[in-house]
Amino acid sequence: MSNSIKIQVIYFAILRELTGLDKETFSIKQGNKPGDVLTSINERHEIDLGINFKIAVNDEFSDWDIELNEGDRLVFIPPVTGG
Amino acid sequence: MKEFKITSDSITLETAKDEVENRAIGARSVFEGVVRDTNDGHQVRKLEYECYEPLAIKEGNQILDEAIEMFDLIDAFCIHRVGTLEIGEIAVVVVATSGHRDEAFKGCRYIIDEVKSRVPIWKKEHYEDGETEWLKGAG
Repeated sequence: MSNSIKIQVIYFAILRELTGLDKETFSIKQGNKPGDVLTSINERHEIDLGINFKIAVNDEFSDWDIELNEGDRLVFIPPVTGG
Repeated sequence: MKEFKITSDSITLETAKDEVENRAIGARSVFEGVVRDTNDGHQVRKLEYECYEPLAIKEGNQILDEAIEMFDLIDAFCIHRVGTLEIGEIAVVVVATSGHRDEAFKGCRYIIDEVKSRVPIWKKEHYEDGETEWLKGAG
């Protein structure tokens, strides 16, 4: 598939525990957005994550509308609870 | 000098205070966040903090820059602990220095409030009854 790209999802906190993984790779279509990846995560792990996350791509805050590129590192950021 | 740090080692107040520019200041405001033994009706046994470090450091430094600009601080510093913390241990320290107390208080308050709402750090509580829970935050 010429229009297929690979991205890496890195999991933290509750997402790391729900998936049982620190990170994993997804093959997605060119033009796919974080919401498409979230759907794949839910299907692969049989969980039901909503959209109560911020998005980071390649260690920068991003947003749900961004089109992902080959090699991107995607993080779904749960509401933060530091301090 | 201005810096946001993440550490897995114990934090001490004296070390944190030495991290900022202390020459020519008139005020130094220091905030300590400490692990509390109860939360939401639960007896807490210990806490676990996890961090998305590259982004936490960027966002933390951005907050310090904002505080220096907004409150005319001479310097600002914040260090946040990760890993397992026992009750009474220091989880976070903020230090803000300025010419006068008003700016130091306001800058210190701004930094801790923004760190709590923006920096990707998560807290898991371990309770006396053996249960654990990732706190859900403000959403």
